[in-house]
Amino acid sequence: MEKILRGKAWRFGDGISTDHITPGRYYHLRGNLQALAEHTLEDADPDFARHAQPGDIVVAGKNFGQGSSREHAALVLKERGIRAILAKSFARIFFRNAVNVGLAPVLCDTDGFEKGDELEVDLEKGVVRNLTKGLERSCDPLPPLMGAILADGGLTAHIMKHGGFKWENTP
Amino acid sequence: MGYTLAEKIIAQRIGREVRAGDFVVAPVDLLLAHEGTGPLALDQFEALGRDGLGTTTLFFCDHAAPSPRKELSNVQKRLRTFALEMGAHFHPPGAGICHQIVAEQWAKPGQIVIGADSHTCTAGALAAFATGMGSTDVGVAMTLGQTWLKIPETCRIEVQGQLPPLVEAKDIILYLIGLLGADGGIYKALEFGGPVIEEMSMEGRLTLCNMAVEAGAKTGLCAADEVTRRFLEEQGRGEDYMPLAPDPDASYERVVELDVSQLSPQVALPHLVDNVQPIEEVAGTSISQVFIGTCTNGRLSDLRVAASILRGHRVHPDLRLLVGPASRQTYLAALREGLLEVFVEAGAVILPPGCGACVGVHQGVLADGERCLSTQNRNFHGRMGNPQGEIFLASPATAAATAVKGQLADPREFLEA
Ligand code: SF4
Repeated sequence: MEKILRGKAWRFGDGISTDHITPGRYYHLRGNLQALAEHTLEDADPDFARHAQPGDIVVAGKNFGQGSSREHAALVLKERGIRAILAKSFARIFFRNAVNVGLAPVLCDTDGFEKGDELEVDLEKGVVRNLTKGLERSCDPLPPLMGAILADGGLTAHIMKHGGFKWENTP
Repeated sequence: MGYTLAEKIIAQRIGREVRAGDFVVAPVDLLLAHEGTGPLALDQFEALGRDGLGTTTLFFCDHAAPSPRKELSNVQKRLRTFALEMGAHFHPPGAGICHQIVAEQWAKPGQIVIGADSHTCTAGALAAFATGMGSTDVGVAMTLGQTWLKIPETCRIEVQGQLPPLVEAKDIILYLIGLLGADGGIYKALEFGGPVIEEMSMEGRLTLCNMAVEAGAKTGLCAADEVTRRFLEEQGRGEDYMPLAPDPDASYERVVELDVSQLSPQVALPHLVDNVQPIEEVAGTSISQVFIGTCTNGRLSDLRVAASILRGHRVHPDLRLLVGPASRQTYLAALREGLLEVFVEAGAVILPPGCGACVGVHQGVLADGERCLSTQNRNFHGRMGNPQGEIFLASPATAAATAVKGQLADPREFLEA
């Protein structure tokens, strides 16, 4: 995965649930990711699924991805071309799922960020820049294993590459 | 300094001491997935190209059972075929909800359980370290028999006092989530203890642990004690019992003390689980559908309390009542006790054991503008299949009282009757 991501912000509030991201009423589409992704976040912002561009960045408040364990929530965002999600906090299953599918969850203060802002995320240095607003925020680094999994492009790729969890004995 | 339940269970399984904050690779004793999350897990298992299962693997067809459409039928067929070939345990439509069956038949104290479903934490009631993960984590664990874990900090919930009549485990957990907030427990374990929990039935404990994730927690846990032993014996698996308790001097991130003696029935209002009010504040709100069931409150004791309120009454003409037993075992017991007869006579629809209306896949989808009072664990926007609908969460007693009154009602009104 690249170390510096650049894209336009889509702004969401607190408590975006997996039912917002990929509603249960499209359960039957789970075998068809492309079709499922056409409904991504439609109950939170109907414009998103229609107009999100590859490389765009999702920006949210607290507890992004709360609710179910459905990995499809991370997968549909990735399918829409999203490469990073910035939020003040993440629900833990979603956080893990995002890394596992190769989507960067970035913990940082998102106050003052608005829809359409140009953002730059430097995953290595742990810095988020809002180029439109001239804001710079530091972000919490991922724990080392999660960083390794993300760098390998996701968990399955990580296991294939190393034959197991690579950092088995490092805290 | 002593150890919390979470630290103890994981330490025993990996053979060395651990503390909150440590990262470990741990063996997985039990693994589960259902038709919504299983296929993606199988994709990962197949991509990893191993030829055998790494651990005891359970598959469930519960979220859409029986299947309402061919896409889901095909997925269920794939799980069945895979299970047959690989020696996984397959639970067909009608067997019941995964978490209920795991509690009845599979989980035991001291195990590490992971499941591709967020309410896997339900099994924490049996003192198993049980947590939900996504399909890839589960597919990898299915292959390696291992997963990685960060040992969670523990928030101890100490419950004291005496629960008033018709105030239940559901009211305690709703109140607690209102207090902690939907993100108050992120990354943590909630460890339930104190005199009220010691006296609480396994069914009540399952309700508490089921909703730990609604505070964002990784798992909910109760000690394994006499209640656990009796439950396992009743399930014909007394040999699975092992006592397990946190150390008295365990180090907790936080201790929350609750006295429930004055607790009222609680209701979570749309669209967040932590939007909780006592029934006194919201009684009278009109409701179109009541759903009693799910992995939170579809157990025998739930059906009993609901039937005790509904007996001799009719469901109010302004609403409809759906009742879904959590498992085949619950269904049969409710049938034999005559509870289903009470529900049907009152005008309820009995759903097959499974998730039923909970997730909006089939059965009980709300019309635009309708409000549902459900005994489930989540009321997110669109959860029951229609984003124009609204979901209220409450106990089975409150649900039954509401079904009779046609509006949000206090079950304690039925006490004198
Ligand atoms: S009953 Fe509802 S919450 Fe429980 S497993 Fe089924 S869909 Fe999930």
